[in-house]
Amino acid sequence: MTEQNFDVVVIGGGPGGYVAAIRAAQLGMKTAVVEANHLGGICLNWGCIPTKALLRSAEVYHLMSHAGEYGLACEKPSFDLKKIVERSRGVSKQLAAGVAHLLKKNKVTVFDAYGRLQGKGKIEIEKKDKSKETLSAKHIILATGARARVLPGLEPDGKLVWTYREAMVPESMPKSLLVIGSGAIGIEFASFYRTLGADVTVVEVMDRIMPVEDEEISGLAKKAFEKQGMKILTSAKVVKLEKGADNVTCHVESNGKVEKITVDRVIAAVGIVANIEDIGLANTKVKTDKGQIVTGKYSETDEAGVYAIGDVAGAPWLAHKASHEGIICIEKIAGVKDVHPLDKSGIPGCTYAHPQVASIGLTEAKAKAAGYDVKVGRFPFMGNGKAIALGEPEGLVKTVFDAKTGALLGAHMIGAEVTEMIQGFAIGKTLEATELEFMHTVFPHPTLSEMMHESVLSAYGKAVHF
Amino acid sequence: MPIQILMPALSPTMTEGTLAKWIKKEGDKIKAGEVIAEIETDKATMEVEAVDEGVLGKILVAAGTANVAVNAPIALILEDGEDASALSAAPSTPSAPPAAPQAAPQASSQAAAAPQSVVSAPVATPVAASGHRVFASPLARRIAAQKGVDLKTIAGSGPHGRIVKADVEAAKAGGPVATPKAASAPTTSGPDAKQLADMLGMAYTEIPNNNIKKVTARRLTEAKQTIPHFYLSVDCVLDNLLAARAAMNEAANGAYKLSVNDFIIKANAMALKAYPAANTSWTDDAVLQYTHADISVAVATPNGLITPIIKAAETKSISEISNEMKDLAKRAKDGKLKPVEFQGGTFSISNLGMFGVKNFQAIVNPPQSCIMAVGAGEERVVVDDGKMVVRTVMTVTLSTDHRSVDGAVGAEYLQYFKKFIENPVLMLA
Repeated sequence: MTEQNFDVVVIGGGPGGYVAAIRAAQLGMKTAVVEANHLGGICLNWGCIPTKALLRSAEVYHLMSHAGEYGLACEKPSFDLKKIVERSRGVSKQLAAGVAHLLKKNKVTVFDAYGRLQGKGKIEIEKKDKSKETLSAKHIILATGARARVLPGLEPDGKLVWTYREAMVPESMPKSLLVIGSGAIGIEFASFYRTLGADVTVVEVMDRIMPVEDEEISGLAKKAFEKQGMKILTSAKVVKLEKGADNVTCHVESNGKVEKITVDRVIAAVGIVANIEDIGLANTKVKTDKGQIVTGKYSETDEAGVYAIGDVAGAPWLAHKASHEGIICIEKIAGVKDVHPLDKSGIPGCTYAHPQVASIGLTEAKAKAAGYDVKVGRFPFMGNGKAIALGEPEGLVKTVFDAKTGALLGAHMIGAEVTEMIQGFAIGKTLEATELEFMHTVFPHPTLSEMMHESVLSAYGKAVHF
Repeated sequence: MPIQILMPALSPTMTEGTLAKWIKKEGDKIKAGEVIAEIETDKATMEVEAVDEGVLGKILVAAGTANVAVNAPIALILEDGEDASALSAAPSTPSAPPAAPQAAPQASSQAAAAPQSVVSAPVATPVAASGHRVFASPLARRIAAQKGVDLKTIAGSGPHGRIVKADVEAAKAGGPVATPKAASAPTTSGPDAKQLADMLGMAYTEIPNNNIKKVTARRLTEAKQTIPHFYLSVDCVLDNLLAARAAMNEAANGAYKLSVNDFIIKANAMALKAYPAANTSWTDDAVLQYTHADISVAVATPNGLITPIIKAAETKSISEISNEMKDLAKRAKDGKLKPVEFQGGTFSISNLGMFGVKNFQAIVNPPQSCIMAVGAGEERVVVDDGKMVVRTVMTVTLSTDHRSVDGAVGAEYLQYFKKFIENPVLMLA
């Protein structure tokens, strides 16, 4: 069989890989994507997108349950779990088809196959029918992503102990649930199942939930979830799972004592690990460290012509980071002018629980630890007209400035729709705005975004509405 | 508003022309398409047709005026209903196309008297205007202001060359990111040498500039451009010094070996102590007069020029200065000086005597006020007491910052220096 030649071959069709491929094709390079499962990757099929569909159902259900507060009547709201899951799968299906269309439109060749590096610019692809082919490419982008981390003793079995994968397509509604890990994934599922009525316990090994977020935000999140009836155990560790016929008894250790909690299902959300196995790294000089591929400023690896982007190349494990890295990597390869390495201090992170959490940059504690003299601004949802009108009076917008230069070091938000607002601070950071530019910006009234303005004003003692 | 008639471009290359003749007079009615004037270029005489209708209100450029710039207003047409009173407001507010800047109407109204002044005005203005805009992020601007970094000297690495925080920080630290352009920009006058050489196909090798060279280049350019320099030379007879040096070196038993330069350092230190008005720095609010004579001595190293410092030299003996200088010079050449050993300093010495240079003028080393350029000690015929005798003579030239050390102060300082260097025994006092 003749070998097919490309300028760029991307291994992995997730948000890093397919975006890189489209950009490469736009820049006139002959491009292929090798994807073993689904175009769109975890993000689109088993991550970001389908969970947002589930959480939207939960949100509407929550509003129906509180219809009376808005002067509406909704007698005994109920839900059909099967249809909620169907809707979520439908959303993923629609978008995956959209990705296939985009790739086709941009004349990117898609191989429905598993790719492995063979060294010297060659990739072996193995199709579903086990037939093999070899591709050659001047540039190879590894975008193989990551999978759920498995801790010994907490191995998911897909029935009683779930990963995100099973948690996303439940066949029946568990009455009780224990979530191990309070990062974005754990908290989103905890919120979804709690809103639909399950008894939810969250176990976090660190001393606070959502440990990457600002401490104040963690505290407010904990309070909000507990108010909804969630049980939260921090500085606690699940040491053993005892499986019954249709339940699991979890041994949770904290302060040296072990508590036994019996629940219908367990979700293990203890982080992710990069997919670096069986992709042929041994045939190349590509180096790995702590389970991820070592890359330079422009995603280059130690093997000339091989690059790695997204989760497989390390934190933060976010789809938008992968996409952005992909574009930078491709543009660098193509010699586009003015390409700059990704500034990881400007990548926002979002959690779509109820309440939502969104943040960018340094937390107050990290800013102080980095030696900054900080000015901190806070504005509570309670002081915002739109928040009150929406019936969402709980939340906070917190900003952290460098007192010396007025640089926005970080912004941390909790409450309704904050995930849609954080981009405002991201743009400001990219443009290197100081407090003055934020202050001089006119925010529309009445919006939740006015709280961003007020938070900045508050950092400089000028808040008007609080 | 009266309509302006502009000097037309009759060919793509025409930048100016002669207004040969007006066909219409002020007050004449004009229809679109009518010939109103004749214009001569270097190639031909052409007719100017009216585009608008009205009355020829005012002729701005008289017939026979040469060198009228293209797009300069040459006349005003009054529209229906307008009377002559509208004319007074018109010339200062041209509705001309962007190519005709504010300066043009004024220039052309003087054209009859001084036609030459018209020529360059329209071309120069827009260039000057666009050269002033510096694109920088708000944060970069603020940090630059806090650090006293001039944004104009920095090359931006952001989108479309915008200056971002990292560029200012790199410039401040002399880091590698933005400095290559930043450092060379102010030192390169006229056309870029590389561009020119490449264009003309000249052969060359590129010797990359290290940080010392970049910093030196930037500071010297700044010094020579911003400090009002002036120069004072004086001849010094060295016979006494040479005799003393020989005697001291003989007695040293290898503990030291004094050079003429060591005496020059000491003599300057003593002169500065005796006459501190030359041991100063200029600032906008005050002249700083230093307590100690910290003498920077220029040392050429393979990496460029560096100036290690003999601190409080007035308190040190010549042999101490000599040994310290040998150590500093050696470590300077090895690139092993600590910043504290070459930063600061209140007065500089640059000595090229060993190369046989007779005299030269050095560039002041800011924020210091004075630098002494030392020439070779050589036998010269001098007149002493009416007779020609042979003496060893050295010419020194003091360059000073006139803001803090003026002519009289500089001259008086040299008198002190001459006294010490010609009578080294006085340095023992």
